[in-house]
Amino acid sequence: MPMRKVMKGNEAAAWAAKLAKPKVIAAFPITPSTLVPEKISEFVANGELDAEFIKVESEHSAISACVGASAAGVRAFTATASQGLALMHEILFIAAGMRLPIVMAIGNRALSAPINIWNDWQDTISERDTGWIQFYAENNQEALDLILIAFKVAEDERVLLPAMTGFDAFILTHTVEPVEIPDQELVDEFLGEYKPKHAYLDPKRPITQGTLGFPAHYMEARYKVWEAMENARQVIKEVFEEFEKKFGRKYQMVEEYKTDDAEIVMITMGSLAGTLKEFVDKKREEGVKVGAAKITVYRPFPIEEIRALAKKAKVLAILEKDISFGSGGAVFADVARSLINEKEKPIVLDFIIGLGGRDVTFGQLEEALSIAEKAMKEGVEEEVYWIGLRKEIL
Amino acid sequence: MAVRKPPITTREYWAPGHAACAGCGCAIIMRLATKAFSEAMEEKYGDPDAFAIAHATGCMEVVSAVFPYTAWKAPWIHVAFENAAAVASGVEAAWKKLGYKGKILAFGGDGGTADIGLQALSGMLERRHNVVYIMYDNEAYMNTGIQRSSSTPYGAWTTTSPPGKYSIGEDKPKKWVALIAAAHQIPYVATASIADPYDLYRKVKKAAKIDGPAFLQIHGPCVPGWRIPPEKTVEVAKLAIETGVWPLFEIENGDIRNIKFQRFPKDGKFKKPIEEYLKLQGRFKHLFKRPEAIQELKEQIKAMWKVLGKEVELP
Repeated sequence: MPMRKVMKGNEAAAWAAKLAKPKVIAAFPITPSTLVPEKISEFVANGELDAEFIKVESEHSAISACVGASAAGVRAFTATASQGLALMHEILFIAAGMRLPIVMAIGNRALSAPINIWNDWQDTISERDTGWIQFYAENNQEALDLILIAFKVAEDERVLLPAMTGFDAFILTHTVEPVEIPDQELVDEFLGEYKPKHAYLDPKRPITQGTLGFPAHYMEARYKVWEAMENARQVIKEVFEEFEKKFGRKYQMVEEYKTDDAEIVMITMGSLAGTLKEFVDKKREEGVKVGAAKITVYRPFPIEEIRALAKKAKVLAILEKDISFGSGGAVFADVARSLINEKEKPIVLDFIIGLGGRDVTFGQLEEALSIAEKAMKEGVEEEVYWIGLRKEIL
Repeated sequence: MAVRKPPITTREYWAPGHAACAGCGCAIIMRLATKAFSEAMEEKYGDPDAFAIAHATGCMEVVSAVFPYTAWKAPWIHVAFENAAAVASGVEAAWKKLGYKGKILAFGGDGGTADIGLQALSGMLERRHNVVYIMYDNEAYMNTGIQRSSSTPYGAWTTTSPPGKYSIGEDKPKKWVALIAAAHQIPYVATASIADPYDLYRKVKKAAKIDGPAFLQIHGPCVPGWRIPPEKTVEVAKLAIETGVWPLFEIENGDIRNIKFQRFPKDGKFKKPIEEYLKLQGRFKHLFKRPEAIQELKEQIKAMWKVLGKEVELP
């Protein structure tokens, strides 16, 4: 029987790692993710998890040790956030290029400067081009589930790419919620043992990994990463279905909420989706035709799902906790990219919201919605809005 | 008729056909070190192949693994410039869980070890991973075209330490990573040189047989970087030992009061002047117009020996 426990998001991530039975974990403490390696150390110390836990001296070495372990042929896991993920940046590309299905839990946190330990998605969003699959969790249950799912997708032979699962700093990492812990036996069935055919450091079958790719070969190697990420679309759907059959919880690339007759659909990711659904309920009571959509898989970006969603609405309002200075939000750019060649497309507006742990209130959502309503009636004035700024201190 | 066992194994893990320069000193390190490792693994585990290599970005990585070719007959991985020690840590941890018996060998140049990889190296040593880390020291960033590293000796020309009106060339003393490694009180630290292959072989073998981390700093001349003719590689390295420029020593368990020296003159008096070492190399050519710089280099070498607990005289 699955066990229900009240736990923090970080504990849920540590439980997911325990259930997945990685043989090597390498991690370095960073707020708000520190509890993940702490909890895993406890599991290892108590003999509940049979793994080598390498207490590395930096996140750069954490991911490097995971690359070494994964390349040697075992399941590897790490956890980090923010500056720690940024320090890993260089090696993230290499992990993907070497086709190593490492899984990483991220407590989504803002990047310096100013230094800030609270939630936004700038850390993982900034790694969107590295070749890692990206999941975003709405609650602690999703954090656990999407880490298990990440292992399954990453290790699929059609994919063989690393994957990260993000869950919002403090809002999830440090907040307790009831979480169902799946049965170990079922997880063992679901994941199986990791037996790579492409990456191992076995003296009986010596291979060379991490070669120099001249212009004659480099582009094809990169194309194979693109192809693997394209394959991941189908694999993720299959894994979601299998997960639902086994564990009873349904996941979708994009989860829609009251969108069928919606004129305006507000799109977001992570824990904000919870707030947004409540907001939609409130507005529905007031008779406003608004719906919500949550992007669960950000890489590969759910292009087809966004196209289908766009057919329903007059305005897509993106609420996102990240910014690409000089352009706009990253999700906005991806949504726009998905629709650019559609014959009929809705207005797409971008709302930068909740950076660095700024609370996202109904008031802010009202403001975004009213801008969207105005654009629907009178046309687009601007495309990118910052919501919830304290104008008095600017 | 009895057949004598060759002093160095005939097994090869570093295959011909790699793209290193003619006369490359560090290629000699690759070949000898893997042979020594293999012999150690054979003696310790009964399996000469029981090792894997983690390699930092650098000359020896670039010349040995150009897709779709490889010069490596052992399992080998390269990830990035600064993380060979961390990658080796991960491989070692995985091998433990896989139940493989054997040891991990890490290679990094002086840039990848003394500079950008120093933190990862320290972490690996401090955590006591079962890894032998070999720093192949050619005393500059040769792979990127001869820029100074913290292991570049005083006075040397490099492209970022050019001699000029306001410069004598490299103006800082050489950093000895072997001593930093020793400060971790790991089981075994040694220096070696391609000019004494038996000493090199013995030390790598010893390091490989120890349980826990070991560090070796091995002198490997660079033909284009030191501006020497390819046939002078070994001669130059030999002169480094004979003139007192390159110390050969072993430190066990961080006990720096009991350093074992090799080829050290009993009376502490080196017979050959360092000028004999310097004059063969284009990188020091300008020093002969600056006798005060040669004097300064001598003082630095004496100071280095003093740190090692030896008073020396240099002619």
